[in-house]
Amino acid sequence: MNSGIKKLSRYRRHRFARPALLVVALISMGATFQVASALPSTTRMETTAQSTLIEEGKRIFAQGCSSCHGLNAEGSGIAPSLIGVGAASVDFQVGTGRMPMADMSQQAMRKTPIYNAEQTAALAAYVASLAPGPDAINEAQLTFERDGNTAEGGELFRTNCAMCHNFAGQGGALTQGKYAPTLMGVDAKHIYEAMITGPQSMPVFSDKTITPEEKLSIIKWIKAAEKEPNLGGASLGRVGPVTEGLLVWTFGLGLLIGIAVWLTVKAK
Amino acid sequence: MTNEISKFQDPGLPEHVHRKTDIDPKAADRAERQVAILFVLSAIFTVVAIYSYIFIPDDRFFFLPIMGDTNAHQLLLGIGMAFALLFIGLGLVHWAKMLMPDTEVIAERHEFRSPDEDRADFVSTVKVQAGAAGLGRRSLIKRTLGLALGISALTPLVMLRDLGPLPKKELEKTSWKTGTRLVTDPGDRPIRPEDLEVGAVAQVLPELAEGQERTLADIGKDAVLLIRLRPTEFQLDAQRLSWTHDGIIAFSKICSHMGCAVALYEQQTKHLLCPCHQSTFDVTRAAKVIFGPAARPLPQLAIMVDKDGYLVAQQPFTESVGPSYWERSS
Amino acid sequence: MKKSERIAGNVAGYVDDRTGAAKWLRKNLTKVFPDHWSFMLGEIVLYSFIILLLSGTFLTFWFDPSQRDVIYQGSYEPLKNIEMSASYASTLHISFDVRGGLLMRQIHHWAALIFMAGMIAHLMRVFFTGAFRKPREANWLIGVGLVTLGIVEGFLGYSLPDDLLSGTGIRIAEAIIQALPVVGSYLAFFAFGGAFPGHVFIPRIFTVHVLLLPGIFLALITIHLMLVWYQKHTQYPGPGRTEKNVVGYPLMPIYMAKAGGFFFIVFGVTALLGAVASINPIWLYGPYNPGQISAGSQPDFYMGWLDGLVRMAPPIETHAFGHTISWNILIPGLIIPGILFTLMALYPFIESWMTGDKNEHHLLDRPRNNPNRTAIGAMSLAFILVILINGGNDIIATHFALTINQIMWFTRIGVIVIPPITFVITKRICLSLQRADREKVLHGRETGRLVMLPHGEFIEVHEELTPAQKFTLTQHEQNRALEVPASDANGVLNPQGLKGKLRARFSQAHVEQIPAPTESEAKALEGGHH
Repeated sequence: MNSGIKKLSRYRRHRFARPALLVVALISMGATFQVASALPSTTRMETTAQSTLIEEGKRIFAQGCSSCHGLNAEGSGIAPSLIGVGAASVDFQVGTGRMPMADMSQQAMRKTPIYNAEQTAALAAYVASLAPGPDAINEAQLTFERDGNTAEGGELFRTNCAMCHNFAGQGGALTQGKYAPTLMGVDAKHIYEAMITGPQSMPVFSDKTITPEEKLSIIKWIKAAEKEPNLGGASLGRVGPVTEGLLVWTFGLGLLIGIAVWLTVKAK
Repeated sequence: MTNEISKFQDPGLPEHVHRKTDIDPKAADRAERQVAILFVLSAIFTVVAIYSYIFIPDDRFFFLPIMGDTNAHQLLLGIGMAFALLFIGLGLVHWAKMLMPDTEVIAERHEFRSPDEDRADFVSTVKVQAGAAGLGRRSLIKRTLGLALGISALTPLVMLRDLGPLPKKELEKTSWKTGTRLVTDPGDRPIRPEDLEVGAVAQVLPELAEGQERTLADIGKDAVLLIRLRPTEFQLDAQRLSWTHDGIIAFSKICSHMGCAVALYEQQTKHLLCPCHQSTFDVTRAAKVIFGPAARPLPQLAIMVDKDGYLVAQQPFTESVGPSYWERSS
Repeated sequence: MKKSERIAGNVAGYVDDRTGAAKWLRKNLTKVFPDHWSFMLGEIVLYSFIILLLSGTFLTFWFDPSQRDVIYQGSYEPLKNIEMSASYASTLHISFDVRGGLLMRQIHHWAALIFMAGMIAHLMRVFFTGAFRKPREANWLIGVGLVTLGIVEGFLGYSLPDDLLSGTGIRIAEAIIQALPVVGSYLAFFAFGGAFPGHVFIPRIFTVHVLLLPGIFLALITIHLMLVWYQKHTQYPGPGRTEKNVVGYPLMPIYMAKAGGFFFIVFGVTALLGAVASINPIWLYGPYNPGQISAGSQPDFYMGWLDGLVRMAPPIETHAFGHTISWNILIPGLIIPGILFTLMALYPFIESWMTGDKNEHHLLDRPRNNPNRTAIGAMSLAFILVILINGGNDIIATHFALTINQIMWFTRIGVIVIPPITFVITKRICLSLQRADREKVLHGRETGRLVMLPHGEFIEVHEELTPAQKFTLTQHEQNRALEVPASDANGVLNPQGLKGKLRARFSQAHVEQIPAPTESEAKALEGGHH
């Protein structure tokens, strides 16, 4: 009983919380009026709420997305089809502000999202209704603090992620101007969704080859790296020896030469 | 009139200009005090360093602009040490500049060349001594000595032989055999084709037999990257196509250029990039090199499915993995 | 006599009784050293070498140079229970469980970078001022040897912790060894005690890093300094400074105080870097595993140019008669660096051959007064800089919104085009500066003050230079080109052949300069004014 409440309380900040509450309120309202025949009626209510969400999503899609992805999300010459990409993909792309794209550049960039949580959920529900695909990740699944193992996550990260995102998750260059973005400051949810959907250049990391627990470990390691203070002083961007070399020629040798000039100038 | 004569004349060393500290005793006293202050500052910073070493716990952090969260122990110990040293140095230099005599001194150079008679003397001494030793006449001794000296260097070289084993066929071999299961790295779990969605990758290693251990040297040759595409995306010849399974293709992850792990897969372009030297390989065309210094495609591992439905190697690699070497035949 | 003086006298007496060193010591304590900031660059190198010895010794007290597998149990949480080599684990131990260990590690690494940067700056100073000329060719050779060994020593040093980045570096070094024709795979197997990475490489390079190479360094540096001492330091031209003297301050007390003070300053700056700036955070890289890699894997800057060269190499391999030659590794990894370092080592002899100059030189050149040499130096620098940029192309690409492919192509073309352009431009600039010097000597320095003449014309006031300035700007030698005799005494045409012609051509390029104004010219001009 107690654990049930705890479980429930974990959902209270979820973005479905409000619609869900609404549904619960409606159900309870209906229940008071139609005590005997409550069951069939609530099912109808739920489906209604869901279809309203999809309707809303379809409306937003037609306004904001269809010019590139096609009226029925079938894709076009400039944008891929969204049929079967699933809610996870929409939640990642729209939730991180990558979609809608500001310009037709090489790669969609992370920016402030245009749609709020409810609108994103509606869009996700609409795209998910077209064909089945990976579900969006909800907060309840992100138990990395409890279930993840930082050190194992580091091993997995170095084998599967570091080649693109760099040893500390700072990002790196791909071919032809594409790049793997930094992972610092990215929501755990979006990291997870990126792994299962493979946005843009990124490949998919299947749940069988990297299990959900392992994915949580990777997230835990990334979050630890993000929080890790600079143990040895200014981090210099954590990008390896390039910035170190730059600093030694500018500050290091520069300062020493400056002092050497002072040292050899005649005193007045 | 030659060029030399009409050159501008050397006016000689400019007259020595006295410093303030040379003529004003007050300025000299001030300089002395400044030097002393620098030395005292140095001592204070040594105290800071030692205090930090003993009393500041090494898990305390504080926020500094630009530097971010900084370790107090490390920073103050270092700052204390740095400024203790810097102020000693600055003090010494300031002392030298302000208070030590600053009159420039001229020292004469002497020609390195010895007088002619000394050189002649030297040459004749060498000749006489060499003659006495019979160096000119006894050519047999000279030649055999040369031989002995030259050949004696071989012993220590030969003795380096036991540094390592002969390569033999070692560079051609990997742990992949016919039927070796592909397992995840890390995790060592076997993989079924349906575990991979289109666009998925997996880092894999050969499955270990019971009680076997995996060394880094094994990983350095065995590491494989598994990629799933749509089967229609391949542009492979019949043999290479038969090495894939339902859109799943496997390549050695060890770069054919210098051996770095080539695991940087771009799902949209189907290109593999090596982050060391940026060789780019096209997965759809059997890892053909399309950019960068690598001269050979990545070796492809032929895969199939065993009776339990797991991915296994059809056969060992048909060529050596990793960077080239002299004995490599293709 | 004061007590302290008496004691000093006694000590001196004791030493002299046993060595007879009093005369030698007296002479050398008053040894004169010229003062110029650029003469301190070599000292930066010497002092950072001492810092490296001290900090390195500190690190060896805890470092365990072994590739035996251990399970990490130290205090750095994100690596707990991970399997790694003992050398990586002990480096983590130094960083997190030895107080001040991380500071000392960072001081050691920063000192290594300052050591290399200082050597390169010192080498550039010696080159551009012509300090390598007779009688100092031997010291130039030793210097080139030290730079080469410094690169190797630095590489071995950053390989020791056995982290993911350094392991990647060793992997590439192994590929270069393996690419050597005929003996490559044998040498690789001997060096690594079997297949890469094996279990013996780090203990082996540890001995080389802490014993063999520092020993050679110490010997070479000693000879280098003894030659400087014996041959006396070069000096910049100026009033009172000639080929026959050296003007400066005596060793005791001024130079002792300044040089001693500068040691503490170099140590202080290095410690400051170690305190405020993170370098080589090996705990973030993780232990080495040949199946792993990080984006943006680069070596330290002194190897970066090599990496850039390897990156831009064309993809050429020869497969014939059952053997493989990897030109894509050999050319950028061995052949071009070999040619570069050989040319650099031989440059004093090449220049003396080109100019026919066999004289001793103790006065330095102002770089502008030797346009050809300065242009050759600038050209070489341009070459190194272009390939160094390619060595960091991935970091540059992500930080400046470029593509690695663009930078690669820019540097592939640039490495051929930019150095010659740099040569021509530098030579032009030098000649213009010479012309400006000439103008200044003959017409005075432009003051920027405008004066109206009685008849309304505006002129700029030119201030005449002092005799000292005039001398400094005109003292340099006016070289004459070598001449090739068209035929020798016996009437044989072109007796020196192609070599002679080439030499004459080089010589001509080398002496190209604006004639330094003479006093008579100045007088003639003055006469014209009155």
